[in-house]
Amino acid sequence: MSAKIEAPKLEVLAPWLFTIGLFVMWEFICRVFNVSSIILPAPSEIFAALVKFWWPMLKNSFVTLWTTLAGFLLAVAFGLFLGLVVGWSRTIYRGLYPVLIGFNSIPKVAVVPILVLWFGIGEVPAILTAFLISFFPIVVNVATGLATIEPELEDVLRALGASKLDVMRKVGIPRAMPYFFGSLKVAITLAFVGTVVSETIASNAGLGFLMSQAGTNFQMPLVFAGLIALAVEGIGMYAVTAWLEQRMTGWAFRAQGSAGA
Amino acid sequence: MISLENVSLAYKGRTGPVLALDGTSLNVGRGEFAAVVGPSGCGKSTLMKLVTGLVMPTTGSVSVADAPVRGPVKLAGMAFQNANLLPWRTVTENILLPLEIVEPYRSRFRASKGDYIARVEELLATVGLAGFGDRFPWELSGGMQQRASLCRSLIHEPALLMLDEPFAALDAFTREELWCVLRDVWQRLKFTVVLVTHDLREAAFLADTVHVMSARPGRVIESRDVSFPRPRDLDVCYEKSFTDLVHQLRNKIAEVRKAEPRKAEAAKA
Repeated sequence: MSAKIEAPKLEVLAPWLFTIGLFVMWEFICRVFNVSSIILPAPSEIFAALVKFWWPMLKNSFVTLWTTLAGFLLAVAFGLFLGLVVGWSRTIYRGLYPVLIGFNSIPKVAVVPILVLWFGIGEVPAILTAFLISFFPIVVNVATGLATIEPELEDVLRALGASKLDVMRKVGIPRAMPYFFGSLKVAITLAFVGTVVSETIASNAGLGFLMSQAGTNFQMPLVFAGLIALAVEGIGMYAVTAWLEQRMTGWAFRAQGSAGA
Repeated sequence: MISLENVSLAYKGRTGPVLALDGTSLNVGRGEFAAVVGPSGCGKSTLMKLVTGLVMPTTGSVSVADAPVRGPVKLAGMAFQNANLLPWRTVTENILLPLEIVEPYRSRFRASKGDYIARVEELLATVGLAGFGDRFPWELSGGMQQRASLCRSLIHEPALLMLDEPFAALDAFTREELWCVLRDVWQRLKFTVVLVTHDLREAAFLADTVHVMSARPGRVIESRDVSFPRPRDLDVCYEKSFTDLVHQLRNKIAEVRKAEPRKAEAAKA
């Protein structure tokens, strides 16, 4: 039967098959080796917990989602702006880059207590952690897109009397867009990491909070349910940004496709 | 139209200053079609940048249209070996690009966009790309992209057209076809052209004067008038006087290459 499924159809089904396969294998291992649910709960227990605690799950998932999105949108605005500034001038690039690298090297876990001190426990530190962790890839990508304009193309424009602003508007910024939208996929997953880290340390809502609470009560199925909810949100947001990338800068994919032809 | 007086240009290389051009003098009259040939790495592309004001000479003076060059000249169209079309714009939008930048078109752009598009279509027809305006660059072959690039360099009717090996990456048939396209457009509009090329037949077929440059540091060592009557037909390439001229140019370049073979190789690398 399976041989009759056409290749493209199989490709569409593949992610679902793999995911289901993973859970089946997980369940199988838990049952065969009789793994304690404190160590590793079986998927059936996790889904049971999901159903049982559906309301707190949903509520906290929503908190995590909106704080992540708020931090992510801040990161997009700020990252785009800073990327344009950094890509604009070599001097700014040179001056700012070490600072940015240094900042990016700081584990954001270490920043959360400071944010809590400043803003108190709640959503604000989560939003800011998501923002701080996710703006860097956006800055780097936008700046790279601007910095790699073909010199000949710049010559063509400058020989027409184009100002730096013209070159940026007509070539630099459109050219940086594939880099920008590509970086969003990285940034959104990082933003989730930031939110959950902050929620785990100091919060009274969100999936991170829920999981740390469940963890202290040894409700391992609920902890894993939280992880699954996070994964689902992450995949969903990744899909949205990937779709956005395709839609906004489809030319970049098509151009690459035809370059080989 | 263009005059270079005793121009030298040195730039910073990894191992100290590199002299790209040394005491070059060159004159191109208004409406003249000049070709610059020479061994690779002789500073031909540097010459282009000097004339368009993208770089300033270390010594000597450059003037274009009777005015000394102090910055980008703003009246030049340029085309390179790579078509460099913007992949997010259609062919028409790509060709409109100079009109979005150069005055007086720029300030009228929104109001006269319709006229400009008609102009693009007209130009596309003359280079044999009629009906391709709505395509994206990646849907075109290399030769078609180069035609579009040529249109982009001509749309604002520049007084000066700078071409840096524009046909080098094309196959022989497309190249000859584009020679004729360029010849016809030039004959009609009579702008000044500086064509940098490796192809001696291309130089001899298209140009009024051919300037031969020495190996690095580059210098114009010989200027030859090409006196074949216009309009020229591709058949002129098979006449004896034409092949003689190409042969002589070929020998001249072989001579300068032999004079400084190591330098020329180093410059290439």
